[in-house]
Amino acid sequence: MTTVTAPESRIARTVRAIVTARETGILLALIIVVLAATIKNPTFLFSSDGFRDLLLTPSILLLVAIGQAVVIITRNVDLSVGSTLGLTAYLTGRLFIDVPGIPIVAVFLIGIVFGGLLGLINGALVAFAKVPSLVITLGTMYAFRGINVLWAGSDRINSSDMPKDFLALGTQSVLFIPVLTIIAIVVLVVAAWFLRNKRAGRELYAIGSDPDAANLYGLKVTNRLLGAFILCGALAGLAGVLWAARYGTVNSQAGTGFELQAVGAAVIGGVAIFGGSGSLWGAAIGAYLLFTINRALPILGVQDFWQRAVVGVLIIGAIVLDRLLAQRQARKLVEARDSNG
Amino acid sequence: MVDIMGALAPATRTYKDYSQPLWRRLLLSREAAVIGALALVIIVSMISVKSFSKPITVTYLFLDIAPILLIALPMTLIIITGEIDLSVASIVGLSSVTLGVLHQGGMPIEGAAVVSLLVGAAAGALNGFLITVVGLPSLAVTIGTLALYRGLAVGLLGTKAVTEFTEFWTDLAKSKIPGTTIPSVVVLIVVLAIVFVVLLHFTKFGRGIYAIGLSPETARFSGIRVERTKFILFVIAGLISALAGIYYTLRFSSARGDNAAGLELSVIAAVMIGGVSIFGGRGTLVGPLAGAVLIGVLASALRLANVTSDVINIITGALLVASVVGTSFLAWARKSRSRPGGKKPEPLTGAKS
Amino acid sequence: MSDSTERVTPALELSRIAKAFGAVIALTNGTLALNAGSIHALVGENGAGKSTLVKIIAGLYQRDGGDFRLSGETVDFTSTAQSKAAGIAVIYQEPTLFPDLSVTENIFMGRQPLRSFGRIDRARMHEEALGLFARLGVRIDPDRPTLGLSIADQQIIEIAKAISLDAQVLVMDEPTAALSGVEVERLFAVARSLRDEGRALLFISHRFDEVFDLCDTVTVMRDGAYISTSPIADTTVEEIVRQMVGRDVTTLFPKTEHPIGNDVLVVDALNQPGVFHDISFTVKAGEIVGLAGLVGAGRSEIARAVFGVDPYASGSVRINGKAIPRRNPAAAMNLGLALVPEDRRKQGLVLESSVARNATMAISGRLRKLGLLFSSTENAAARVWSSRLEVKTASLDTEAGTLSGGNQQKVVLAKWLATNPSILIIDEPTRGIDVGTKSEVHRLLSQLAGEGLGILMISSELPEVLGMADRVLVVHEGHITAEISRADATAESVMFAATHSIAPTTKEAGQ
Repeated sequence: MTTVTAPESRIARTVRAIVTARETGILLALIIVVLAATIKNPTFLFSSDGFRDLLLTPSILLLVAIGQAVVIITRNVDLSVGSTLGLTAYLTGRLFIDVPGIPIVAVFLIGIVFGGLLGLINGALVAFAKVPSLVITLGTMYAFRGINVLWAGSDRINSSDMPKDFLALGTQSVLFIPVLTIIAIVVLVVAAWFLRNKRAGRELYAIGSDPDAANLYGLKVTNRLLGAFILCGALAGLAGVLWAARYGTVNSQAGTGFELQAVGAAVIGGVAIFGGSGSLWGAAIGAYLLFTINRALPILGVQDFWQRAVVGVLIIGAIVLDRLLAQRQARKLVEARDSNG
Repeated sequence: MVDIMGALAPATRTYKDYSQPLWRRLLLSREAAVIGALALVIIVSMISVKSFSKPITVTYLFLDIAPILLIALPMTLIIITGEIDLSVASIVGLSSVTLGVLHQGGMPIEGAAVVSLLVGAAAGALNGFLITVVGLPSLAVTIGTLALYRGLAVGLLGTKAVTEFTEFWTDLAKSKIPGTTIPSVVVLIVVLAIVFVVLLHFTKFGRGIYAIGLSPETARFSGIRVERTKFILFVIAGLISALAGIYYTLRFSSARGDNAAGLELSVIAAVMIGGVSIFGGRGTLVGPLAGAVLIGVLASALRLANVTSDVINIITGALLVASVVGTSFLAWARKSRSRPGGKKPEPLTGAKS
Repeated sequence: MSDSTERVTPALELSRIAKAFGAVIALTNGTLALNAGSIHALVGENGAGKSTLVKIIAGLYQRDGGDFRLSGETVDFTSTAQSKAAGIAVIYQEPTLFPDLSVTENIFMGRQPLRSFGRIDRARMHEEALGLFARLGVRIDPDRPTLGLSIADQQIIEIAKAISLDAQVLVMDEPTAALSGVEVERLFAVARSLRDEGRALLFISHRFDEVFDLCDTVTVMRDGAYISTSPIADTTVEEIVRQMVGRDVTTLFPKTEHPIGNDVLVVDALNQPGVFHDISFTVKAGEIVGLAGLVGAGRSEIARAVFGVDPYASGSVRINGKAIPRRNPAAAMNLGLALVPEDRRKQGLVLESSVARNATMAISGRLRKLGLLFSSTENAAARVWSSRLEVKTASLDTEAGTLSGGNQQKVVLAKWLATNPSILIIDEPTRGIDVGTKSEVHRLLSQLAGEGLGILMISSELPEVLGMADRVLVVHEGHITAEISRADATAESVMFAATHSIAPTTKEAGQ
């Protein structure tokens, strides 16, 4: 029988949970990196541009990372998000060009719905055909990017093609916080709330924790999986619209490589690659950590060519850490069981 | 010694070796379907695309897909064991950069190539270590090493490229078999393909690969060294990827940090189209090789027909999805056919009757 | 009194249920009448059809024929969700919980109590969970993740789930298999309180002492058919065993006497914390040593450690005097050790591979010509061994998963006998096998021992152990508690050792 040791007080237990949480760890890492870089070069943080860019640039990855984290929690992966982002970004530009006077809100809506539809394709193939998402989204990643290139050809959307109000969104700030960051944070808060407080959200964790048990339990696995992929696609779509606003120029390569960065952000943020655990907050901090490290490296004397290597080390480090912690916990449980008889 | 045979009943039963005749086994296989599709595509291309039938098409076809063909060999074995290696393209880049940097620093190509191969093997060994010793999932590990190795490659060279290589070697990379338009690199591919086919289908090691993919527990209980097998496969993948990187560099006379970016996807697509199951345990080498050639032929034909090169991506993506969905569907159909009366009687729990 | 005139509608009633899987007939006559306020035992040998019946009740399978009534109404479940909704809960030997989620979430997944805005009401969920555990009389922290909980606790959580769903019928499939004595008592107390609430419980077990302790009625099945139902008070263990087996126990096993040789396997002080402790025993050539004990006692773990699949912390294993390195099955095989594992389907065979491949899997090294393996050589070897073991299959490339249980076991035996071992460990030799093949296997083992093979036979079936073994070692919770010779071995002596620890002499009772 599992021993019930003298129960800790509620407060003690909460404090311990917070201190040992992965999110706390990477938040600390983020703070350390920012501090180290600022000490070396105060403009890193303390210039109007510096602070803004630190918050702004990762916001787009943040949106994609949230969607990716939701999918990973269900024990799947979506490698097509980069292509979805690119396709939607191009679509955004084209909408402004081909439909003059189109309201900005409409563009946002169309972008989100479009992304959601692409996500639906992935979700349907995974949920109904029961094919591993790795392979499916590998295929759709190819296909969507191909459609993007086919459509765009060698054309490029330029900032002059899009309304000034729209582009302003990409650089404006409200009370020192960029608009894009606000959008990303709002999405994060809503999504995290959903995942924690709604039945459907908790069922996503259950499905990732043990898909067979979820089926046996009678959970609506197909519906939930569809929902997860649609959400992921929709967020990638939203990210695409914001990309167009932020950068002004869109070519057919927009968003290339984002999928792996999003997976990396989630993994670093504590989302288990096999699903069932992890939080969106972790993925968000992971996204920020990734980008900030890239920013900080040149200041700390490391040529920014080594960025990707650093990302790779972080990802590997994160999963090794997860594994070691899991082994330690398992060993402790075995020892506890043994000492009882 | 114990006379085991002495305890057994006399041999009275006879068995057929195979339940279906050879022709049926061959024709109804996935490999036959891919080869058939390949033949179809070739014929259609020859008819409808003007310049396709020129001998030089073959040259560029194989020069282009040589890296895919090479890497598809170990990748197939890895996927059959139920793992995956997404870092192969990054190892190609890393070996390319190693070759370039060393050669530029004065080392002769021969020596630099050996070092590149060692670097590739080391990269594969790191993958293997993390997966078989530390016990991490291969998907996550190779996503990390994909970034790490590519990062190292880009870091070493930055945005520069090394373009000065001994003419002898670059010419060799692009040379053709005398009297034909087939590139010499095909000889290398054929030799390696034979080695891998023998390894997979005619050795104990190869039997172990299939067993691991279908039932890792039983493999372990049968004395098969699961971890050692997987480790070796990842090292081989690294080695072959490095070899592909050397070829790539010499063929284009260019060592760059971002060489072969995205190649892993073409390799995996070829392997999947070739009928290898992502779940492990099933597949041969013929399928992936035919799949790679199929993708290459499509690409060539479309390019010659002046269709933009990225329709190829759409088609590859669609092919990949279709082939995997198709495999999944066939597996489902097979299972439900052999069990009439509805539900699959798979023991979900330990309950035994 | 006039009980016979008053018929209470059973909570669950199955009559003449038939079920077949292709050519394999699992049930010809599944009949069961389960009343509310009763704990009803279902017993039968492996292969009797109990598991299939349970899966039909659970909604996993659909019956081919017969009636299935719940409180008098005919039902037809096409999914487990439907049977759950109808008030049936099944608790399996290995509970299926979500390891990453907390106990509370596991209980309420999909039905969490809500408050405003559709938010999950965690406080109320917590309270309800505590209430459930209080009702069951157990103490489990509802906020901890289920990962790492003992099987006993996981089962309690499954029961809590069932109660919160207000299940009226609870089926417990071999629930005590992995439980210690104290945990079994706790489970029984829970079961009795559920019975007193008016629920109907179905208890499937091999352990007669538990059946007689807990249950009020017992139904016996044999070979897929109903045999009898009687109140516990009106029957005895011998009677039930006779009905289960269909013939006198003693004539089942054709054990012959033959000379016993030297030590072949010597295990010395094998130790693995949390699994087994200080295991020492020997097996001689020509000897059949039975390793008895309750399921979960640690016997299979010991076998796996000896063979090298599992690690052990200290101790040694020698075959014919030579030491086997730890964790190295290949080395053990080379020294002459063979292990026919407990789980035929997951550990003994590669189900999706052919008969030929499976049969030659352990000897591929020896079949090489010039370092290469050819299908023709494999087929030749497979043909010899399959034929001499009388495996029934049409062709050698049939998928092993399509064979019957008995034939599958023969293929596994062929695989291991082909390695020419000097010592064979066989774990549950006849589990899930039809009666005819069972006696074939027993005869084979006896003859192999006659040729000088040392055999360590792990079995949970007492009649099998008592009939076959020259010596019986009994394991209880990771310790060897008794070594009993053939002459002294009785059901009582073995069961006693299997259910009791060694009396504390050197160990102080200071806990």
